[in-house]
Amino acid sequence: MPSRTVNVVVAGLGGQGVIKASDILADAAFRAGLDVKKAEVHGMSQRGGSVTTDVRFGAQVLSPMVPAGEADFLLVLAPSELEVTRPLLRPGGLLIPPDAVDEARLPNRRSLNVALLGLLSHHLELDEAHWLAAIHAALPERLHAVNDAAFRLGRETAAAAR
Amino acid sequence: MERRLLSGDEAVAAAARDAGVRLGTGYPGTPSTEILQALDALGGRAQWAPNEKVALEVGLGAAFGGARALVTMKHVGLNVAADPLFTAAYTGVTGGLVVVSADDPGMASSQNEQDNRHYAAAAGLPMLEPADSQEAYDLTVAAFELSERFAIPVILRMTTRVCHSKTLAARRADLPAPPAPAFVRDIPGRVMIPAYARPAHRRLRQKLEALQAFAEATPLNVWVKGDRALGVITSGVTARHVAEAAPSASRLELKTVYPLPLEKIRAFAASVDRCVVVEEGDPIFADAIRAAGIAVESKEAPYRFGELDVQRVRRILARDRSPEPEPPKGRPPALCEACPYHPVYATLRKLDCIVAGDIGCYTLGVLPPYQGIDTCVAMGASLGVGLGLRHVLPEADARRVVSIIGDSTFVHTGLNGLVEMVYNPPPTGHVLVVLDNGTTAMTGQQEHPGTGRTLDHEPTGKVSIEGLARALGVANVDVIDPVADPAGWEKLLKDRLAEPKLSVIIARRPCILAAADIRKYEKAADEKRAALACAGCAGAGEVSDA
Repeated sequence: MPSRTVNVVVAGLGGQGVIKASDILADAAFRAGLDVKKAEVHGMSQRGGSVTTDVRFGAQVLSPMVPAGEADFLLVLAPSELEVTRPLLRPGGLLIPPDAVDEARLPNRRSLNVALLGLLSHHLELDEAHWLAAIHAALPERLHAVNDAAFRLGRETAAAAR
Repeated sequence: MERRLLSGDEAVAAAARDAGVRLGTGYPGTPSTEILQALDALGGRAQWAPNEKVALEVGLGAAFGGARALVTMKHVGLNVAADPLFTAAYTGVTGGLVVVSADDPGMASSQNEQDNRHYAAAAGLPMLEPADSQEAYDLTVAAFELSERFAIPVILRMTTRVCHSKTLAARRADLPAPPAPAFVRDIPGRVMIPAYARPAHRRLRQKLEALQAFAEATPLNVWVKGDRALGVITSGVTARHVAEAAPSASRLELKTVYPLPLEKIRAFAASVDRCVVVEEGDPIFADAIRAAGIAVESKEAPYRFGELDVQRVRRILARDRSPEPEPPKGRPPALCEACPYHPVYATLRKLDCIVAGDIGCYTLGVLPPYQGIDTCVAMGASLGVGLGLRHVLPEADARRVVSIIGDSTFVHTGLNGLVEMVYNPPPTGHVLVVLDNGTTAMTGQQEHPGTGRTLDHEPTGKVSIEGLARALGVANVDVIDPVADPAGWEKLLKDRLAEPKLSVIIARRPCILAAADIRKYEKAADEKRAALACAGCAGAGEVSDA
């Protein structure tokens, strides 16, 4: 169990599943028994604007917001958001861009968010069972198989890159 | 009970449910909207009011009847509800009444960033402020207890970060059930004619003295003993930023943000070498604390604007005066590609109209390519502002003025402006366009009186916008689908602008995001009506015409 706080920022555009991805990540960390905080600003995000969410977990999390330049991981779902969000990452932090998984192998384009979580999962000490339980809790049953496959695609992509 | 990840809004709803709230009411407004939706999902009674003033009055009536009531709104909503709020401080309540004011520092989705802590002092009402979801739960419960103990409405002040952040929170299973509602007559206590209001004001000040004593003693306010070198007085989510930015500092985390525990603050300030007040928004604590003769440092002027975060708190504590780094600029929101308002804005632009706009998705018509709105101030303001322009502009320009307003906003406070239009018509007439997409779209597609469905999408009485306009005596009332008939829409607007008469054009087409759900709700309602009619024929049940 990591004792220091892990900072993850998920960024994209309204409608891409940014908030869903951060909900799944927060839930997976919660299922692993960690303190978790998740911050987002929504309201106008449905109108196609930029959306970023912060997920922090560890033994004890204080502020719900990831300080700029202190993200350990930055997941970006839309190419247009890469440059504007890059300063959020700490030096040596890991950027996971939208083309980090092979889109042609995605069972459904809409599950890019979950595929990038699969990639992220390779770098985090959270059991796969927690991830899958969080994915299933967040999505209707008919979408479970597609998203399980997307998650595994991301996870295998990260493992292969090692 | 076990801990779960809850948003601050969900935590307030859970607390209201567990505290035996009989009625939750409010008007949708980011970031408060999810509270009533969550209360409904938890099996509580939650309903949308046409506006915040009505919501507060309904809540007050419930509290006069001895029931616990929850009233929710965004910060600007409290302006609308301010009239009953100030006098409810005089009347007090019997059942617990908690008013949630969800402020939006940084204006994630608002027209201003007013700091509603001012309202607590102005109205003379106790205010509690949580830092996270667990505190949102605990302080909601505490607010109901406080409201009943001191017979006074309590304001729970939230901010966007607390409303929308998810943190771990546990519900309580041990809360006692509140007493059953009952009417106990109290004419001098609730009828605010001057003869009764004068003693009521004195009673209010006595209650506030007692509340001040409560604030001094309550363990709700948290004194974290740290280094002597630095002490920080703070509240809300800022307390969490402070804990992270200055982990070794002493902290006084205020939960009773009005009345302030000034003696506790005095003792805290005396216990440290340097005492800094770190508060989001206006320097309200710092001013009050200094007025009490306690020497504290306050943040500098730039930190009055926007949200605070860990980095900004670090800068405040370090007295860092260097320019702040620009936050990343993302893509702004825009009208949805398939939004039914595109042809409306195209025409307003083409005809070079002067457009008095209003609050809602359609405000996004101000952005390129249309830049189709000239004013946007407050809910319902499109009517009054448009009429004012018509009254004073030279005739040729006055004829170009159009007021546009959404369906939910029209019912909220636009209706009052329509009455003004009929009562004080400009010589050139006026044109109101109601953009009726059948939902409160901006806040996430909530129902309103014009949809004819309740908060949980069940059929109820339906307010007809065209019916209201006709009943008020508006000369021209037309309904048109601007997507199905864009040429007809353009001709209609041109014709109406050319006439020195009063016109209401209802541009009706469902919100693209809500259309599928609306069809589903309508189908369910039809089936319900059919079932009721059958039961009626068989004499087996009551027939409702809802």
